[in-house]
Amino acid sequence: MKISRSELFAGRMLLLVLMTFTILPFISIFMTALHPSGTVPGGLEWPEHPQWGNFVDAFKVANMTTLLISSTRIVLTVVPAALIISTMAGFAIGLLRIPGSGVLLTLFVFGLTLPFQGIIIPIYILERAVGLYNTKLAIALPLIALYMPFAVFWMRAHFVNMPAEVSEAARVDGATTWDLFRRIHLPLAQAPIASLGILMSIWTWNQFLLALVLVEDPSQRTMAGALGAFQGHYATDVPLLCAGTILILVPTLIVFVLFQRQILTALLQGAVKG
Amino acid sequence: MTVDNNHPAALSVSKRTPASNWVRRETFIGWLFVLPALLMYAGFVLVPFLLTIVYSFHRWNGVGPMKWVGLKNYITVFQVPDLLGTIFNAFWLVVWFSFIPVGLGLVVASVINRVATGRFGEVARTVLFLPQVIALVAAGIIWGWLFSLSGLINQLLKIIGLGSITRAWLGDFDWALSAVGIIGVWVLLGFCTVLLSTGISKVDPALYESARIDGSSWFTEFTAITVPLLRHEIGVCLTVTVIAALATFDIVYVATAGGPGNATSVPGLQIYILAFSQRNIGLASALAVMLMILVVLIILPIQRLNQEVK
Repeated sequence: MKISRSELFAGRMLLLVLMTFTILPFISIFMTALHPSGTVPGGLEWPEHPQWGNFVDAFKVANMTTLLISSTRIVLTVVPAALIISTMAGFAIGLLRIPGSGVLLTLFVFGLTLPFQGIIIPIYILERAVGLYNTKLAIALPLIALYMPFAVFWMRAHFVNMPAEVSEAARVDGATTWDLFRRIHLPLAQAPIASLGILMSIWTWNQFLLALVLVEDPSQRTMAGALGAFQGHYATDVPLLCAGTILILVPTLIVFVLFQRQILTALLQGAVKG
Repeated sequence: MTVDNNHPAALSVSKRTPASNWVRRETFIGWLFVLPALLMYAGFVLVPFLLTIVYSFHRWNGVGPMKWVGLKNYITVFQVPDLLGTIFNAFWLVVWFSFIPVGLGLVVASVINRVATGRFGEVARTVLFLPQVIALVAAGIIWGWLFSLSGLINQLLKIIGLGSITRAWLGDFDWALSAVGIIGVWVLLGFCTVLLSTGISKVDPALYESARIDGSSWFTEFTAITVPLLRHEIGVCLTVTVIAALATFDIVYVATAGGPGNATSVPGLQIYILAFSQRNIGLASALAVMLMILVVLIILPIQRLNQEVK
């Protein structure tokens, strides 16, 4: 191995600089959040008297309890439903290889390139027409649909790689297609399903545009959707805004730290195969 | 697509029942499995997509009667500088959201591969990835504060003796859009780094080893091995980040709301304003269709690049 000392140093410095660039913003808002509410502190200074109470205040004024419930409910509606229907579709396309699989796959993959803005206006108008607008399902249903391109693709990638012997053995034993799915392949697909579920939970939690457009009442939105409204009210109270932002970040950061491996695998594998 | 006779399922059961019947029945059941996903996708993605195209040819406020106006909305987009400007802004953001994270990500990935293969590289990858998991709205709020007059950026500039150039970056006509771009670098660098460094780890180590035995410099290794062999991953990174750049909404909405003037207005934001504040559904839809065409026009060549490799 011939790597010069200077290169070793330069390379590690570059990584350190970029890591600082990434981390510093988090430190800055954390320190700002600890300053007295209503003041305008510098970007990076530790307060004389840290106001830990700002987090409590932000929790109250942002109506955080209601929001946590609302966000959690949206996640618990969207993610299981999206997981079930995308796994079934991935099974049919990847493993059963039904006639038309290729066309179906292309159709779903097309959705990967579609910006949300291209479909948000008709969704808004359709939801108003059928009375879905401003209901609990207003965000959930379109989100499930919007996850289908990635989710179906990801699940299909799993099923297409399953060894044929597994299905063959079950078929010889007289398993129906449903048995094959339910008893054999669903248990085997636990890992990719879990990764996909974690990823979709984060995406749902962070979803902004749909929440903003399709639900009028900020307290019925996702966490991120509500953060926009919170910013509107408290734009001038920097410490409180920073405290509120941190409260909304923390759950996703915790999930990321806990499930790092699954998240990275799903995101990267899904992207590369896409 | 025809039924694949080598498929194990077809083989095993055809012993018992007439094959054609069985295949038909099995096809039907298979389609039942796809149906829920397909219906949701069609109802909330494909139909709206087609409706956007239909709306784009009408003048409509969303409630009254629709009036067919042909291509008038599209012509308006080209004639109104503020609307066309959003598309130019989007292109400038592609440089920041796409080219810089992919370019820098390649460098970082190759540096990790050369000098930080162990724990340090692992930590670097994870840290750089952090911004990717937080809500873009939060990224907008965080950086809105960092770029403000008393924020971190100006504070750092003062420390290194550049106090004279401090300003409210997001409120500055010349700098606001690039400042938004820096937020994009912050958000997307980690995704590109992790994806590209996963790609590098799949490259045959012997290639790098022989290059190193020859005493190849970092730059030779980078241009001769890393970049050519990672074409597929680079294509993926470009695709993901270009779409992110062209469809930017959250960050701009909270950080600048398109201002000052229209300096940071992007199609994603303008579509929202036209449709939901100004109730000009037709014009908003025309801009949305143009945005979608733009995405496809830029993505297609990248995809082709990908396929040639395989």
